Amino acid sequence: MKTVYVDNNATTQVAPEVVEAMLPYFSEFYGNPSSMHFFGGQVQKKINEAREKVADFLGAEPSEIVFTSCGTESDNAAIFGTLDSYPEKHHFITSRVEHPAVMNVVAHLNRKGYRTTEISVDREGHLDMDQLKESITEETVLVSVMYANNETGVIFPIEEIGQIVKSQGVPFHTDAVQAAGKIPLNMKRSTVDMLSLSGHKLHAPKGIGVLYIRKGTKFSPFMIGGHQEKGRRGGTENVPYIIGLGEACELAKKHLEEENTRVRALRDYLEAKILEKIPNTLINGDRRSRLPNTLSVSFEYVEGESILLLLSDLGICASSGSACTSGSLEPSHVLRAMGVPFTAAHGSVRFSLSIYNTKEEMDYIIEHLPPIIQKLRDISPFWKDYLKSQGKG
Amino acid sequence: MWDYTEKVKDHFLNPRNVGEIEDPDGVGEVGSLACGDALRLTFKLDENRRIKDVKFKTFGCASAIASSSALTEMIKGMSLEEAEKITNQDIANYLGGLPEEKMHCSVMGREALESAIAHYRGQKAVKEDFEIVCKCFGVTDREIIKAIRENDLKTVDQVTYYTKAGGGCAQCHPKIEAIIAKVREEMAKEGLTPKPEKRKLTNIQKIKLIEETLGREIVPALKADGGDIDLIDVDGSKVYVALRGKCSFCPSSEFTLKQYVESKLKEFVSEDIVVEEVRS
Repeated sequence: MKTVYVDNNATTQVAPEVVEAMLPYFSEFYGNPSSMHFFGGQVQKKINEAREKVADFLGAEPSEIVFTSCGTESDNAAIFGTLDSYPEKHHFITSRVEHPAVMNVVAHLNRKGYRTTEISVDREGHLDMDQLKESITEETVLVSVMYANNETGVIFPIEEIGQIVKSQGVPFHTDAVQAAGKIPLNMKRSTVDMLSLSGHKLHAPKGIGVLYIRKGTKFSPFMIGGHQEKGRRGGTENVPYIIGLGEACELAKKHLEEENTRVRALRDYLEAKILEKIPNTLINGDRRSRLPNTLSVSFEYVEGESILLLLSDLGICASSGSACTSGSLEPSHVLRAMGVPFTAAHGSVRFSLSIYNTKEEMDYIIEHLPPIIQKLRDISPFWKDYLKSQGKG
Repeated sequence: MWDYTEKVKDHFLNPRNVGEIEDPDGVGEVGSLACGDALRLTFKLDENRRIKDVKFKTFGCASAIASSSALTEMIKGMSLEEAEKITNQDIANYLGGLPEEKMHCSVMGREALESAIAHYRGQKAVKEDFEIVCKCFGVTDREIIKAIRENDLKTVDQVTYYTKAGGGCAQCHPKIEAIIAKVREEMAKEGLTPKPEKRKLTNIQKIKLIEETLGREIVPALKADGGDIDLIDVDGSKVYVALRGKCSFCPSSEFTLKQYVESKLKEFVSEDIVVEEVRS
């Protein structure tokens, strides 16, 4: 059975170039970059190169790049590192549609006595800018808002948000884990103080992340240890992965145009064909302001996990915001925050593409998806009721 | 990915008895679109009042569809008296088991059957006479009590896995806890909960169990009052702990230790445990 992998917002294939760049640093060049001898020094040099590549990709200075273990660590470090720097301030602002790496920190902060505000989104997934403006006070220690949403792909107007936040003198963090590699990022002309990035979402392996910290930003280390990363993140460098991430960032920069032309065209093709062939289908999130690779689509009167497993049976790998897939009983917090009706929220499926996808793969999905939805609708008690109500039953 | 058995996969990929019987003798409907799963069960009886034909329509995940399909296969040919004895556990067993988080799918099957039989007998929907405990998923105290009794449930999480109650806003958790306590007390009186066989624990198992019990049963309550507790040592049946935070100078700490910590450890670890405080 062939595998059609369209779950790239979950994780991506490690690029062959990245694997190749990493391999020597497991076996041949295993030195500790902090060592005084030549054997460690040569590794230090490669780390510097990788740091420069990541900085170049983000339009940042190499000294502003801190390597971490993953996107979640980057988000946690940004939040706790800032809170620690401003112990007198006790109000944290974020959005209602964040990744758990930020969302679940909110509950933790509440328990610790912080006041928190989660900014709402509208039906299209856009942030309520008025609520944001009204929420910032003297007490606000940090605003953290994601760059682009992992489920719907909706892109937030980060610079506009940053201007509001910075005009009040408040530090600004963004989780750009889904945006990096899909849309251009340039920290040179940006209001962002801190930005999180995850390796495995852009064809580097799992286990490596970055926190960009703008020069002059107050930050207390989250991971306390050695002098590594200029004292901002202790722990011996994850050498092969850092080198892999450097390579991946270089590739991502090179592929950015393809991502926004060919991949976008594939996604639009898939979307158009699904809408054409399957009735009672809705697209989640504003189609005019979305990551080029992401398609969140809801099929009314059927349930997402069933769709995923039938797709999986044909080798198609996608994901869902339905309740049953996550182990919780309620559909995704993102779709609920957007007010997607229950008829559709439970039947949502996310297709997320990468540069490795082809038109043939889209055609394979388009061929097999309609009968799957029809099969499940035939089993569903609500579909016939719906048809009856429309005078078609 | 869920770890479904081959039988669950088979009944999901090739569901039996899909559809609706025209002019059925009994109709049972449970669940809703908002809940994320729903089942409509219809059956027809033969001249001997046995189930001649049964069909289902289900909106839900793979295990919901598989549970419905399994149920229809199980009850075909049964009398209603036989069919109503089927428990959700029977449905799960028929499928070779379900992940615990998905047990509510088997409960949904049993409820639909119950409701269809009641409909045939001209009884009104049973739901109306009972209190709705979980407003998010519309689960009544009756359903929760039944699930606790039939499946020997002990925690709120388990009740959620089996009935969905408490899986939404979580506001009903204290209520569910109270129901569990009450039902389990009744069950104990009726002798329905045979005391689990006390097996001899190794030292490592014992320490692990003590740590787990402290973490789950005791620390959260102490923390709520600004205190905390550390396990210092275990020597045979003696457990040495240190009270921290507000507990360390609380005048009722002696009471906390004996009445609360010790009794919890006796309950979950071993009857002979004695707790001693270490001042540090």
